[in-house]
Amino acid sequence: MTAVQEVPLSPAGNPIGFGSMKRVEDQRFVRGQGNYIDDVNLPGMLHSAILRSPWAHARIKSIDTSAALALPGVIAVLTGKDLEGIPRPSLLGDNFAWMPTLSYDTQAVLATDKVRFQGQEVAYVIAESRYIAKDAVELIDVDYEPLEPVMDAKRAMDPGAPVIRDDKGQTDNSITDVHGHKTWESGNAISTAEAIARAEADPNCVVVTQEVMYPRVHPAPMETCGSVAHLDKVSGQLTLYTTSQAPHAHRTVYAMVAGLPEQKIRVIAPDIGGGFGNKVGVYPGYVLSILGTIVTGKPVKWIEDRGENLMSTSFARDYHMTGKIAATKDGKILAVDVDVLADHGAFNGVAQPTNYPAGFFHIFSGSYDYPDAHCKVTPVYTNKAPGGVAYACSFRITEAVYVIERLVDCLAAELGMDPAELRLLNLLKPEQFPYTSPTGWVYDSGQYEKTMRLAMEIAGYDELRREQAEKRARGEYMGIGISFFTEGVGAGPRKDMDILGLGMADGIELRVHPTGKAVLRLSVMSQGQGHETTYAQIVAHELGIPPEDIDVVNGDTDQTPFGLGTYGSRSMPVSGAAAAIVSRKVKERARVVAAAALECSPDDLEWELGRWSVKGDKERGKTIQEIALLSHSSLELPEGVEGHLDATAVYNPPNLTYPYGAYICVVDVDPGTGVVKVRRFIAVDDCGTRVNPMLVEGQVHGGIADGIGMALMELIAFDTDGNNLGGSFMDYLLPTSMECPSFELGEMVTPSPHHPIGAKGVGESATVGSPPAVVNAVMDALAPFGVRHADMPLTPSNVWRAIQGNPIRVDMAIE
Amino acid sequence: MKINGAEVTHDVESRTLLVHFVRENAGLRGTHWGCDTSNCGACVLWVDGLPVKSCTMLAASAAGHDITTVEGLEKDGKLDPIQQGFIECHGLQCGFCTPGMLMTGRWILDNNPKPSEEEIREGISGQLCRCTGYKNIVDSIHWAAAHPAENEVSA
Repeated sequence: MTAVQEVPLSPAGNPIGFGSMKRVEDQRFVRGQGNYIDDVNLPGMLHSAILRSPWAHARIKSIDTSAALALPGVIAVLTGKDLEGIPRPSLLGDNFAWMPTLSYDTQAVLATDKVRFQGQEVAYVIAESRYIAKDAVELIDVDYEPLEPVMDAKRAMDPGAPVIRDDKGQTDNSITDVHGHKTWESGNAISTAEAIARAEADPNCVVVTQEVMYPRVHPAPMETCGSVAHLDKVSGQLTLYTTSQAPHAHRTVYAMVAGLPEQKIRVIAPDIGGGFGNKVGVYPGYVLSILGTIVTGKPVKWIEDRGENLMSTSFARDYHMTGKIAATKDGKILAVDVDVLADHGAFNGVAQPTNYPAGFFHIFSGSYDYPDAHCKVTPVYTNKAPGGVAYACSFRITEAVYVIERLVDCLAAELGMDPAELRLLNLLKPEQFPYTSPTGWVYDSGQYEKTMRLAMEIAGYDELRREQAEKRARGEYMGIGISFFTEGVGAGPRKDMDILGLGMADGIELRVHPTGKAVLRLSVMSQGQGHETTYAQIVAHELGIPPEDIDVVNGDTDQTPFGLGTYGSRSMPVSGAAAAIVSRKVKERARVVAAAALECSPDDLEWELGRWSVKGDKERGKTIQEIALLSHSSLELPEGVEGHLDATAVYNPPNLTYPYGAYICVVDVDPGTGVVKVRRFIAVDDCGTRVNPMLVEGQVHGGIADGIGMALMELIAFDTDGNNLGGSFMDYLLPTSMECPSFELGEMVTPSPHHPIGAKGVGESATVGSPPAVVNAVMDALAPFGVRHADMPLTPSNVWRAIQGNPIRVDMAIE
Repeated sequence: MKINGAEVTHDVESRTLLVHFVRENAGLRGTHWGCDTSNCGACVLWVDGLPVKSCTMLAASAAGHDITTVEGLEKDGKLDPIQQGFIECHGLQCGFCTPGMLMTGRWILDNNPKPSEEEIREGISGQLCRCTGYKNIVDSIHWAAAHPAENEVSA
């Protein structure tokens, strides 16, 4: 167990261990020397573009590519029919027109029979330049027969609704998971229903029911998706440069999709311009670039434009949730039941562990102590883009935290209790950990009340409430919103968790060169998190090697060991643990070498940072650098000891880690215009040990901005004809520097008891935790108008309409 | 046109965007492209000393003008204070918006050496960042304001 302590500084001034070290990767980024996917250019490379469907649901009658093919500079044009003609010797179907999704469904690479969402891939052009490829796309003539689109998950359930997945022989729009289930339940349905019924009958109890919608949003990283594929026809080697958060998992999927031998596939993820889950999925564009190089024999680049990114790649949320919360009238929560209608779009393309088809949504019982909880999730197909698990959601914990934190606030309003007081009354106590939740999660550790009180202290909570009362008396509307969240991150354990059969454990490799410099090779992949810095700090912490002497390699399947990649905040909980464990292996190898050199037993040695020395005789010792050289020397080693210090490890987490936090948001609402101004945002996170506190805080900042965006402006909406109304940054609004306040952060550190360095992961904490704080604050501001709930995003018009008593359904445009 | 002081001449189609010219023809890939619609600002560079979203200007329109890109900030092997500020204050994560932010940040300081937080926020409000929530970008520009280079010259 390790907490952050004073650490010695290296010759370069870096902490030899944990601390706010400046990032290694910044040196190239501030010079404009990053290497992103569109910066990858290979000799003889061709460019490509995709024709996408203007219709949400239509039958393809014919496609005429002759004009496109006639355009000078066009090399090839592929349609779904062409792909059907390319045999694929693989386990996953017999041709290239369809590919598997990460949830054992199928997705069209290029549409053959029908298009099923606006923006779906219909034809693929390969040309000498990007401009020519785009020109040629315009020349393809597709004859569509429009069909009635299903744009509303509720409509999808109607017996007479048009059937979207007739390609699979379906007669309705239900989704069946790999286990044969059409609904996904968790918790105890009977005891929860009984507890709610008892509360309804008891005059000393209340039951509050609230319908909340978590609308469809999009991760929208600043860099869109793309790939550069190159098949060397002589060697059969396929090299794919691609925007991938999970290069190894992608390699295996391509081996399955393309039927290529896996040892001949090298996936390289260069610098990634933000991921947030958008770059976990395998998209048709990547597969098409592979087909492009197979067909042309030349490298082929595909780069998405912004509209394509927003309209076709992994969306997030789209959960219609109805929650019931039962409590005593003095505020003790008794039970929670949640019913969900989940809109998965046209293909079930969610990227989540196989045994968790609704992700980790069933952690919705939250941070509170009560015995009975149950949820039921019903997934449906609609004529929208596939995806569903993205945007820093921790496998749908975002939706879970939102529903419970809105329910708790609705309960507080019903009881006339202060929402902070209600939470403090119900939060789990430190002595309850490890705590088994009513839906079966085992929370590892936490100091919830202390964290909540620290957030209230930073906010000046009582003073804010006084200010609010004064302002209300003057007809001014400020709101104070609280969110207390618990996440479970760092998937595996592998026995419970896999994606497409690949267990969620991650490999790592540490080489220590003769001069004592080291190279650490990671399976996970940074999209801006700063792995090159933090993982060097972990090795430094364990071995005493200065971080500037440690290079960290990630993003190249030929250079790194297998692992499932970076999403679900799993890098630090899984690969962070692996880095500590592989370092400890090196340390033990070093001990044997040092003992041989010092002519003593390994048991007689003790470790202090960077050095093994003889117990009771500290002068006699060897530094890790000296031992590194000795390990490569002619020093005679004991029987069975190989020499060298290099080591590998695979980390299979024994449990998830459970970061949590208390957030408080202060808003001012103009009731005349409905404009919400976020005045302050206070965040106290406990992500366990902080390897680099500066980077932890940076991630929290970014997540709060995401939360403000989702709560106030971000939305992928559709009209009833199936048109995507969020297909550009003019329509899909992201928060700017003007909407974000200067965040106020506090810190709590409760190391995870089962993680080698006590770290819990933080990448998604703030994105998960902040939206309910903002929404609760706005609802608190609107309480005098009798408003209990309005759905995100709380745009000026939606807030204004809520004040008028007429909130709108935000995910659908008005007919 | 001149880019970072060096003459660059290519024959291009009249519709070629300045961002594509700078990246593909001049080979300076520090300037990024992010949205097509002038919303994100990843492509900000300077035309005659003024920040411009280069996805919204034709290369032909820039003919004869002086272009400065992120690659032009470092002088004689020494980082500009704005670059150092982003390193010191963790003003970047994925780095994709960073070149545009650096160019605007430098321009803000050249025109207002001691900007307030509000002035900085307004100055960068036409550019999007998905990683930082902007706080550390504001702090980075403040750091650069507090640590001017010796003989700092206005653009």
